[in-house]
Amino acid sequence: MAKSDLDDLYGDKILEHCRSPRNHDRLVDADAAAHTVNAFCGDESDVQISVDGGRVVGVGAQAVGCSINQAATSMLAQATEWVLLDDLASLIDLFRRQMKGEDLSEWDLARLGDLAMLSSVLNFPVRIKCTLLPVSALEEALESVGTG
Amino acid sequence: MAEATQQASLDVTKIRDDFPILSRKVNGKPLVYLDNAATSQKPRQVISALTEYYEGYNANVHRGVHSLSMEATDRYEEAREKVARFIGARQSEEVIWTRNTTEAINLVTGSWARSNLQPGDEVVVTEIEHHSNMVPWQMVTQERGATLRYLRLGDDGKLDLDDIDTIINDRTKMVSIVHASNSLGTINPVKKITARARAVGAAVMIDGAQSVPHMPVDVQDLDCDFLAFSGHKMLGPTGIGVLYVKREILETMDPFLTGGEMVLSVTLDGADWNDLPMRFEAGTPNIADAIALGAAVDYLDNTGMDNIRRHEVLLTGYALSRLREIEELVIFGAEAAEDRGGVVSFHTSDVHPHDLGTYLDQQGIAVRTGHHCTMPVMRKLGVPATTRASFYLYNSEEEVDHLVDSLKSALRYFGHG
Repeated sequence: MAKSDLDDLYGDKILEHCRSPRNHDRLVDADAAAHTVNAFCGDESDVQISVDGGRVVGVGAQAVGCSINQAATSMLAQATEWVLLDDLASLIDLFRRQMKGEDLSEWDLARLGDLAMLSSVLNFPVRIKCTLLPVSALEEALESVGTG
Repeated sequence: MAEATQQASLDVTKIRDDFPILSRKVNGKPLVYLDNAATSQKPRQVISALTEYYEGYNANVHRGVHSLSMEATDRYEEAREKVARFIGARQSEEVIWTRNTTEAINLVTGSWARSNLQPGDEVVVTEIEHHSNMVPWQMVTQERGATLRYLRLGDDGKLDLDDIDTIINDRTKMVSIVHASNSLGTINPVKKITARARAVGAAVMIDGAQSVPHMPVDVQDLDCDFLAFSGHKMLGPTGIGVLYVKREILETMDPFLTGGEMVLSVTLDGADWNDLPMRFEAGTPNIADAIALGAAVDYLDNTGMDNIRRHEVLLTGYALSRLREIEELVIFGAEAAEDRGGVVSFHTSDVHPHDLGTYLDQQGIAVRTGHHCTMPVMRKLGVPATTRASFYLYNSEEEVDHLVDSLKSALRYFGHG
């Protein structure tokens, strides 16, 4: 029973992102970069983005911390690349709604891609903040390129 | 063999019967509570003291001539006497109730330090202080134009005292040190440090939050001026703590909080301070929790602090040897169990402490993960956080075995293979 709860939290997709994080290289010459720290646990997320023609054309994302934070950072980077800035704002909103426990439509879940897998964290409320650390970094970066 | 000696010092099975919470399950598994450095569990005797007060003689203290008030005052002051005896204070007036260790330390920085520190003076703490014995000193030294200096943590998990004579010098007015580290477990050589402080005429404060609950602590033996500790880490309730201050010093100190209870007489022009220790206890105090802390002290006294210490040394030694079986773990702090409180902090680069904490929780095991309010220590160790198991009188070798088995399975679970 306990084991299956754990398996629900650390689904294969989460562990896989953790082991092979996407867009892990630091983006040089990025248009914006942001760094967020969870003062409570010391976890960190770094996000760099390049923007061209109203679209994110490059993403770099690095996490220091637990596997949930690492997976969320990787999934977010993956979901961000090549997305129109307008769409990105609503994607972030969608993800935040998911992590508040809102029921999302199948269409919305499909939009979230791998990020949808993080709904498993909802059963472990104390870990939800781990999924939002890279989101705050991305929002901060977007704000500094004037789209937040 | 270790078990035989342990049986001789404490009857853990019998002790566990006094703690109702220890029979509950967490996530379907029997609770293994190894987060005692954060807070201890409470025996039935302490819980009863609380309900007896509220059901039997709830009243305000030091006022009113009615029977309930006198009864409450007697029990409340009796608790103060118990605590005073427990730490070897000469008089119960040297025991001031606070909310916790943090408030006790802030009372010293807010009162004693404000009137005793001058520009150019120095205060010495250690690198392994809990934030509660670091931040208040950072604030008050800055405010007074004084300098805060640190005794360093050596590579062996103990304080490096090679330069103690330089760090503690003629300019030092206060040496405030943690007795037992909450994040590493290391017990500091406080008597050696106190002797040096005395040689230069500095005052001495000891943060006893992690020592008073776990080993015999005697303020005369330690030769300290101040001792701060919390009730909730020593089987007592939350919200009650203690500051011991040597009488000669207490008499020279200005009040910290002001208002009711701490005054003798008040006119429109001013006020005369009340006698000790009430001068430092403004407002209606935490009566119920002070009385219940008295019950906790009774429980510890009856069990015997020497026995508790012996039990923890054996259990910590056992835990250290079992944890060393796991190659992936780096264990922090002093090597020998005798040099530690019942605290073992470790790290593995294979699994983040928070993932480990969640995994262990699913097995019913409560440990603390994080920086343990000692961020400078974490920085020095080069890790963001550690996993900490901390023991008390009711923990057993079987629980250590369960921890070690679960750690091994966690490493397999998160294994990158």
